[in-house]
Amino acid sequence: MDVVILSRIQFALTTAFHYIFPPISIGLGVILVIMEGMYIKTKNPLYEQMTKFWVKIFGLVFAMGVASGIVLEFQFGTNWATYSRFVGDIFGSVLAAEGIFAFFLESGFLAILLFGWNKVTPPIHFLSTILVCLGSLFSSVWIIIANSWMQTPVGYKMAENGARAEITDFWAVVFNPSSMVRLSHVLSAALLTGATLVLSVSAYYLLKKRHEDFARASFKISIIVALIGSFLQLGTGHWSAKVVADYQPAKFAAMEGHYEESAPAPLYAFGWVNEKEERVDFGIGVPGMSSFLLYLDFNKPVKGLKAFKPEDRPKKVNWIFQSYHLMVSIGMGLIALILAGAFFQYRGTLEKQRFLLWIFVFAVVAPQLGNMLGWVVAELGRQPWIVYGLLRTSDAVSRSIDATHVWASLIMFSLIYALLFSLFIFLLDHKIKQGPQISHNPISDGGKQRA
Amino acid sequence: MIDLNIVWYVLVGVLFAGYAMLDGFDFGVGALHLFTKSDEHRRLMLNSIGPVWDGNEVWLVTGGGALFAAFPEVYATVFSGFYIAFMLLLVALIFRAIAIEFRSKQPMLWWRRMWDISFSVSSIIASILVGTALGNIICGVPLGKDYEYIGTFLGLLRPYPVLVGLTTLSLFMMHGSIYAIMKTEGELHDKIRGWAKRAILGFIAMYIITTIVTLVFYPHMLENMKKYPVLFIIPVINALAIANIFREIHLGRDFRAFLSSCVSIVALMALFAIGIFPNLVISSPDLANSLNIYNAASTKSTLKTMLIIAIIGMPFVIAYTISIYWIFRGKVRLNDTSY
Ligand code: HDD
Ligand code: HEM
Ligand code: HEM
Repeated sequence: MDVVILSRIQFALTTAFHYIFPPISIGLGVILVIMEGMYIKTKNPLYEQMTKFWVKIFGLVFAMGVASGIVLEFQFGTNWATYSRFVGDIFGSVLAAEGIFAFFLESGFLAILLFGWNKVTPPIHFLSTILVCLGSLFSSVWIIIANSWMQTPVGYKMAENGARAEITDFWAVVFNPSSMVRLSHVLSAALLTGATLVLSVSAYYLLKKRHEDFARASFKISIIVALIGSFLQLGTGHWSAKVVADYQPAKFAAMEGHYEESAPAPLYAFGWVNEKEERVDFGIGVPGMSSFLLYLDFNKPVKGLKAFKPEDRPKKVNWIFQSYHLMVSIGMGLIALILAGAFFQYRGTLEKQRFLLWIFVFAVVAPQLGNMLGWVVAELGRQPWIVYGLLRTSDAVSRSIDATHVWASLIMFSLIYALLFSLFIFLLDHKIKQGPQISHNPISDGGKQRA
Repeated sequence: MIDLNIVWYVLVGVLFAGYAMLDGFDFGVGALHLFTKSDEHRRLMLNSIGPVWDGNEVWLVTGGGALFAAFPEVYATVFSGFYIAFMLLLVALIFRAIAIEFRSKQPMLWWRRMWDISFSVSSIIASILVGTALGNIICGVPLGKDYEYIGTFLGLLRPYPVLVGLTTLSLFMMHGSIYAIMKTEGELHDKIRGWAKRAILGFIAMYIITTIVTLVFYPHMLENMKKYPVLFIIPVINALAIANIFREIHLGRDFRAFLSSCVSIVALMALFAIGIFPNLVISSPDLANSLNIYNAASTKSTLKTMLIIAIIGMPFVIAYTISIYWIFRGKVRLNDTSY
């Protein structure tokens, strides 16, 4: 394998690993704000217990996010030096903005969130929780802008020697055609990811008849967050598909396995892309439905893969197709599950639905899978370009490294991440089994106990 | 007109100096960690940096981002050229972060010992690697016509860079020990005070050796100062700051000793920056291929946009940093939210 493919695998591995954690932080952050807000308002110690328990989990997740994020920050330079030279003028500033506006905010106030219970008054602690939540939101904003610019580049001109893209309009870069839609899709996914974690743990306690008050209250808050998230997911997902069809037609064609140069596009529920014969086998779907969803017209032709030169088409069409369809199925499945949960919660008979509760326990992996699959669609679908239409992935790699270097680092990251992930699951499991604790130093004596 | 390239040279320098000053004491505390023996003492060491180490690391993350934005050629050349060295640094930073977070989550002796070692060893390795990178920039690395690094990994481990790496480790150990004195009390405090004295002497010895070697073998580091003799004030400030550390430790004024130590780190970074200016990466033997603040920079409009971002953002950053350090001022006490 050459440097390009190894670097791609390494990038995919390290980013995918990182991306297990931030969506939990973002979603759980919102839930923490709600929990602590309820505590400040009602002074009910149950909410205090909830906040403290979930803050501990938050701290663990956050540390994993930090440890894995630092790798990504430098990987553009280590493995994608030619790309870094090409985009530094644009991409670099967005990355720096992320540091200045987001990471300092998050990491600073996280300290108060985790260790500040007895150092500051409850309102200041609550404010810190809000700021940490905002900080994690901002980090997703800037990094998604950076990534979206690679998907739909605007606001630049090419340098005379063609060696780099130079910025002409900062705001055009920020509000590039796909940044806002992708951001909203990513954030609603984060709400779902955080909420299903809380739902899963709560459902587990309800099934085991432990910490039941805690579990009921946690379930109630997070089912509402999940309900909002799941519907936003569908809406923003549809919007994403539309933006992809408009700005990255080759990716869209791959998502639906649509080869015909120009024909109405079907919507498959299921199928297997036969890349050799350039068609979809065993496809079950509605003819013309994609055309209808995009343009409200069953007969409107959509560009297929054959409209693109072979070297400009994404390669792994079946991967993209399957990932996309699985993501959509997961989205639909989650909507059904969450609606059912909300219904029984509303009826007050949730605890009798043991089977449903068991599904909730395991549903925690569904949004995680959805996230990974979504990125596979987005990033494999962007191929062969690293910056869509401007720079090919094969031209973007560092020239001063060779395959043995990347083999070494790839093996090293695989081992380290396998170890970290096992330890993370072990500690998370331990925390959950331990359950929420009766507090020894309540938030309410705030400033008084200052050490 | 102000020269934006110089402004960004200074700003990137400020970010990295901030990193050295802040994460420097975290590394120092880490390097000393294994000298403490009891579990309680080790927890005190960890919790002395507990609330701040992540914020300190963000200076590196932001410095890296700023380097990428302002001088993408340098970001690309250095990170791909020093590939293996940076991978090792990343591993060290991962293990440090995880060790701090994981250590106190389980009571088993082997578990805690494992993370103690991981915390300490990764802090030591990270300090040496950071210094070695600076040392390589001082003595120059082979760059090709397209500014790509054309040397090898072992080529980075020449004696001089390694010397700078070890000096950096001794600097951070001094800095970290002074920080730890400030944050602890009682028996542990007295013990660390003894280590601090040795650490200061160790650093001074390393510093003198490194200075002599630099002056003899890399006299180009002095050229800018010869051109602008007023800059000689910086080594003078540096010497005074180091002398003052001694005095303040002796008088038991730990906070002032810590401030002096911060000043000396900033002064050292300034000396480095003045020495290599206007270059960012010196190419040797072929000097013509060096990367400097003009041929490595982004366009004017990016530098300008970034300056606006920095002007809006930095006051917030400084305000958060000060308030966090203020809230967590004073001696560390362990409670049920500690590590
Ligand atoms: C909880 C996870 C999750 C779920 C249930 C869904 N998505 Fe998604 N999707 C993501 C998580 C995600 C993501 C990880 O957030 C992605 C990856 C890249 C991006 O911008 O968002 C994404 C990307 C993504 C893209 C590609 C965007 C691009 O390439 O720019 C499309 C077209 C959709 N999604 C559409 C949908 C539809 C129609 C869904 C049906 C409900 C859906 N997604 C559910
Ligand atoms: C966090 C969620 C993300 C995941 C799970 C993810 C996943 C992936 C995957 C699977 C690939 C491999 C595609 C291939 O090369 O075959 C890839 C490549 C890449 N992605 Fe992402 N990605 C994520 C976010 C980002 C972001 C935010 C950026 C930029 C800011 C980015 C930039 C890149 C680059 C530079 C490559 C390597 C070049 C390429 O193969 O196109 N990714 N990513
Ligand atoms: C490839 C692109 C990415 C890079 C270079 C990157 C970089 C980083 C870095 C350096 C950190 C650690 C900051 C610290 O020390 O406090 C971090 C943490 C974080 N990142 Fe990423 N990241 C990437 C992708 C993403 C994506 C796609 C998201 C969300 C949509 C995201 C959201 C976060 C959040 C919320 C944190 C805080 C830690 C946590 O919550 O787990 N990042 N990232």
